[in-house]
Amino acid sequence: MSTKIILSSDGLPLEKSLKKAERKNKIRALLLVAPLFFFILIIFVFPLVDMLFKSVDNRMITEMLPNTFTALEKWDGKELPGEDVYEAFYNDFYPLAKDKKSGKLFQRLNYEKSGFSSGLKKTNKLILNFEKENYKEQFINAHEIWNNQDYWLAIKNSSSKWSYSKYLKGIDLELDQQKKIVQVEEEKSIHVLLWLRTLKVAFWVTVCCFFLSYPIAYLLATLPMKYSNILMICVLLPFWTSLLVRTSSWMIMLQQEGPINNTLVWLGLFTNENKPELMHNMVGTFVTMSQILLPFMVLPLYSVMKNIPSSLMKAGKSLGGTPFMSFMKIYFPLTIPGIGAGCLLVFILAIGYYITPALVGGASGTLISNVIAYHMKYSLDWAFASALGTMLLVGVLTIYWIYHKLVGIDNIRLG
Amino acid sequence: MALPNYTPLHYRIWHYSYLVICGLVFLFLIAPLFVIIPLSFNAEPFLHFSEKMLRLDPEAFSLRWYKEMIFGTKNPWGLATKNSFIIAIFATIGSTILGTVAAVGLSSRYMPYKAAFMALLISPMIVPLIISGTAIFFFMAKVGLAATHTGIVLSHIILGTPFVVITVTATLSGFDHSVTKAAASLGSNPINTFMKITLPLIMPGVISGALFAFVTSFDEVVVVLFLAGLENTTIPIQMWVGLREQISPVILSVATCLIILSTLILLTAELLRRRSERLRGINRN
Repeated sequence: MSTKIILSSDGLPLEKSLKKAERKNKIRALLLVAPLFFFILIIFVFPLVDMLFKSVDNRMITEMLPNTFTALEKWDGKELPGEDVYEAFYNDFYPLAKDKKSGKLFQRLNYEKSGFSSGLKKTNKLILNFEKENYKEQFINAHEIWNNQDYWLAIKNSSSKWSYSKYLKGIDLELDQQKKIVQVEEEKSIHVLLWLRTLKVAFWVTVCCFFLSYPIAYLLATLPMKYSNILMICVLLPFWTSLLVRTSSWMIMLQQEGPINNTLVWLGLFTNENKPELMHNMVGTFVTMSQILLPFMVLPLYSVMKNIPSSLMKAGKSLGGTPFMSFMKIYFPLTIPGIGAGCLLVFILAIGYYITPALVGGASGTLISNVIAYHMKYSLDWAFASALGTMLLVGVLTIYWIYHKLVGIDNIRLG
Repeated sequence: MALPNYTPLHYRIWHYSYLVICGLVFLFLIAPLFVIIPLSFNAEPFLHFSEKMLRLDPEAFSLRWYKEMIFGTKNPWGLATKNSFIIAIFATIGSTILGTVAAVGLSSRYMPYKAAFMALLISPMIVPLIISGTAIFFFMAKVGLAATHTGIVLSHIILGTPFVVITVTATLSGFDHSVTKAAASLGSNPINTFMKITLPLIMPGVISGALFAFVTSFDEVVVVLFLAGLENTTIPIQMWVGLREQISPVILSVATCLIILSTLILLTAELLRRRSERLRGINRN
């Protein structure tokens, strides 16, 4: 039996010719995606990677104090360092002080150990008049921190080019003088609390959104089109309305003299004097976030429920199941993909929420993203903000990956 | 949802309490928006309903805060509105073009690593804004685009494209590819086919993606908060500043205007969605 090679019109074997056409189509598809791909790569992915570097980058200080770090290498840390270290520090510090470039050093070393800022500022003025001998004595006379080996240890400990200390700080740990990982003092350890609070809020908001949206998604999916379209507006209007408008309306609703409190007083549940505090605490954050994120749960649930034939429930009932049983055994399992999609989406969005907790949260209702914003805008500890951001990002991307595996990215639907 | 006569009593009770629960959830969703509207017509500088307002006394209502919003001295809203529209329009154009082109590529059945590309292109929607804001701020500061309109527009294009990609790929998933083949067999080149055949058919999806991108940019506050200087202030930034300090009723007037705007956008999007479903022959009834 002989096989005849089928040729296409241009004389090439058909298989080859088909492959060529396919490759051409593949390249065409890739070229269409390329502009957006590179755009996102440059303006989004690259900055995120850069942020990761920023969080571990310690080179600013190693570039400022190169001689000091070399001199400190030989120091055992048991007592005050020798004259050579003081001299090296003078050689590093003097040019910075002369050119008025030492501000960043104060700030950087003060993150390492508090007290540096005031000590360095004082020394900064005096160092310009130092004589070129007896450095140790002159430094100690300038400020007492130079007479304390703990401060020298703090400098020594910050000598590596890359450091993960910001990550430790993000979970309330630090390196002690022997480079062992220890808990920070109790009054400073707030970050673990904030992480837990963020997770807790995200979890409960997700649960709350689920219980609120399941019934209405079911109603929307089973009502005739002309009614459900009108009710759908109630879900979509908040979805399309500015986040700040929704937050400000909640600020009106929840304020001391607001409609909710007045209704509670009118119902006789509270008296005018002891009205509950609804805003600037956890209650405010929780209620507002639930309402804002509710549409993100309703929409995926609705799109799954819409595709479940109503005959299935009828079949369940005709086979003798009670309405409750047919619901639990037939309908509910079919909606699980929608539940998964909605819950993951709401959880991801809730975990990074910033605007709402900042406005209605007060001190007890702030979340981890508020801390990131604080370090970005006020304390200017950008490395720490980057470290917290990276930790949050890793968490979110993990959930995103789970979402991708369970639901599939292509199944995201909007309205 | 009338129940048949033979429905047993306990099921009847359950059914009506279910409807009441649904009603309460809808109220929870929509009521906060409507609290703002009457209060924005308050004649007094208070943020709660006065006795007079509850009695619907016409004296209690006025356009005072709207006048203040438009004609007030030292008023930031004019500049903010102008900036918001400029930024949102350019961001929308950018994300619609980039997103639509990418969505066409992604929907091709020859596209390799489709899921991975999709995951990357949608990621700006998933990454918390506070992180995107931080990272983009460092980047824009490095390339000298911080506190410029260009920098804000570029970052809003990033934030808007996922919505365009999602809506356009959804529209293309029901697209009948035989029409483009027919065009090709009649001698049309791919670009011509796209402009004359594909684009008009997926237009509803493109426009609703563009609306999403517009709203995303128009509402976005976190990234602008990091990037904007005084000159680049936008409506959300002004609202943010106002809400942090002292809520003035002017904010409620602005909020009412924004609610009207979002209602208009929602109605447009809904009409387009229905038209698109009709065009693609999907009957949801």
